[in-house]
Amino acid sequence: MTKEGKKSKATLQIEDAPGAAPVAEQPTSGGRRMTLNMGPQHPSTHGVLRVLLELDGETITSAKPEIGFLHTGIEKQFEVKKYQQGTPLTDRVDYLSNLTNNLGYALAVEKLLGLEIPPMAQWMRVMLCELSRISSHLTWLGTHALDIGAMSVYFYCFREREEIMKIFEMFSGQRMMTSYIRIGGLALEPPRGWHKVVSKAVEQLAKGIDEYFNLLSKNPIWCNRTKGIGVFPVDMMLDLGVTGPMVRAAGVKMDARKDFPHTSYDKFDFEVPTRTSNDVYGRFEVRMEEMRQSVRIVRQALGGMPSGAWQADAPHILLPDREKMKTQMESLIYHFKIVTEGFRVAENSVYQVVESPRGELGFYVVADGTPNPHRVFMRTPSFGNLQALGAMLQGQVIADSIAIMGSMDFVLGDVDR
Amino acid sequence: MLPEIAAENPTALAVQTEYPEAIVDAKVASDGLVLYISPLLLTPVCRLLKELGFDRLTAVTAVDWWPRSPRFEVVYFLHSIKNNVRTRVVVRLKEAESVESMCVIWRSANWYEREVFDLFGIEFRNHPNPERIMMPADWEGHPLRKDYPIHGFKYSYQDE
Repeated sequence: MTKEGKKSKATLQIEDAPGAAPVAEQPTSGGRRMTLNMGPQHPSTHGVLRVLLELDGETITSAKPEIGFLHTGIEKQFEVKKYQQGTPLTDRVDYLSNLTNNLGYALAVEKLLGLEIPPMAQWMRVMLCELSRISSHLTWLGTHALDIGAMSVYFYCFREREEIMKIFEMFSGQRMMTSYIRIGGLALEPPRGWHKVVSKAVEQLAKGIDEYFNLLSKNPIWCNRTKGIGVFPVDMMLDLGVTGPMVRAAGVKMDARKDFPHTSYDKFDFEVPTRTSNDVYGRFEVRMEEMRQSVRIVRQALGGMPSGAWQADAPHILLPDREKMKTQMESLIYHFKIVTEGFRVAENSVYQVVESPRGELGFYVVADGTPNPHRVFMRTPSFGNLQALGAMLQGQVIADSIAIMGSMDFVLGDVDR
Repeated sequence: MLPEIAAENPTALAVQTEYPEAIVDAKVASDGLVLYISPLLLTPVCRLLKELGFDRLTAVTAVDWWPRSPRFEVVYFLHSIKNNVRTRVVVRLKEAESVESMCVIWRSANWYEREVFDLFGIEFRNHPNPERIMMPADWEGHPLRKDYPIHGFKYSYQDE
């Protein structure tokens, strides 16, 4: 690539709308086009996303999303950290569903190591991931409704989300950056009295979800602004790399929890909700139904939580119990070795897929025999989904662009990494 | 040449019968088949894989094996919804070697290939928009290369 061939990032020439169909000429403003910068500080982009819109009157003739403002080089940082030090980095990628990120990374490294995780840790992982799915969807619902103009939903959603945050704090000591799912099991023993707290919160959530659904689905303004908006052909969606609730609202039953079962998800009874309307309202319905299914999974986990160890039996990989470390020589040596040197992973590579609230989250971990990963690539759902934004906005009215962007539910930390 | 471990995989067999010279190496990983393809035959093999049902290109990334040669591996993650199968296609590239863009086969390759170009400096021929995506347009160097220090070239913490 020569330097002259490279255009500046601020070029207003718009050519990056992969898959966009040509728009029919509409005589709205006598052919005068206006270029509008949406973001990087626009509130409805939920982060630092810049969208270059070319407008003909109220109609968007082309849209070019520009990303990279939040690029922090997390994938590069993985390469200088030891395997166990990578877990806190995964929290910071998709900061609304950090436990799912923890899970993806832990599963990938466990596959490389061939570790067997005890059933109690697996069920606990499932329960916490589903709670984090509910919390992520609640954040989405609140902010999406706020964008479209329904303000009170935001307060209700954040009130319920706070209960889930309290559960996370109880388990890990942290509200958001939990790092609770570690390589080989969990970070800490589950706290005393967790069962009571989680059951109480879940009952409240189950009631709340139905309430919010009625609050919006019977709201004529909400329905007018979402029904029939943002329809996009499903084959184009798949071609552009869209995953998660977006394709499920278009009738494609694709969910990594069912298709590639991990963490004993196959032992739980749940449905993958789909809709065929393929509009903003359909995506809303799918996410609401997903929350109900998550409540169902959490209830099953509460009812049948196995007892036993919460960490795998692998003294050379997992830090020993504090008490043992102080009394047993062998544990002290393992502790010293893990902290100073880390554990080595034989040369191999693995691609592990988990279902994040936003879609397919993949961790590609390449090991080279040293205690540091050679390469960690995160296939984040928001990046794949955002790629379709340019094509989706083309030909839409500018007021609808807010609803469409909201329905995609991207997190810019997840896009830029 | 198909190694024994992948000899019974239907996808590997289909590629082997159609393009016998294409497969450099193959293995079966825990997440599915891994095919090492010669860079010259990447486009026809990918077209064939799409016909075989791999309708989604999930992601494209690269691995830098510096100072080994060939230095780079470009990895294509494929997914077939119909058959519920995942496959990785790997192309090994020497330094300064380029590879054909897959945008004409799967449009999702667009941003992923831009990202690989930006962070690794691997060029994709016939890419519709070969610009940087993560780093600023005037950035020098490609940060995910192994010879690029973690703190960049501007500061050195060793001199202090």
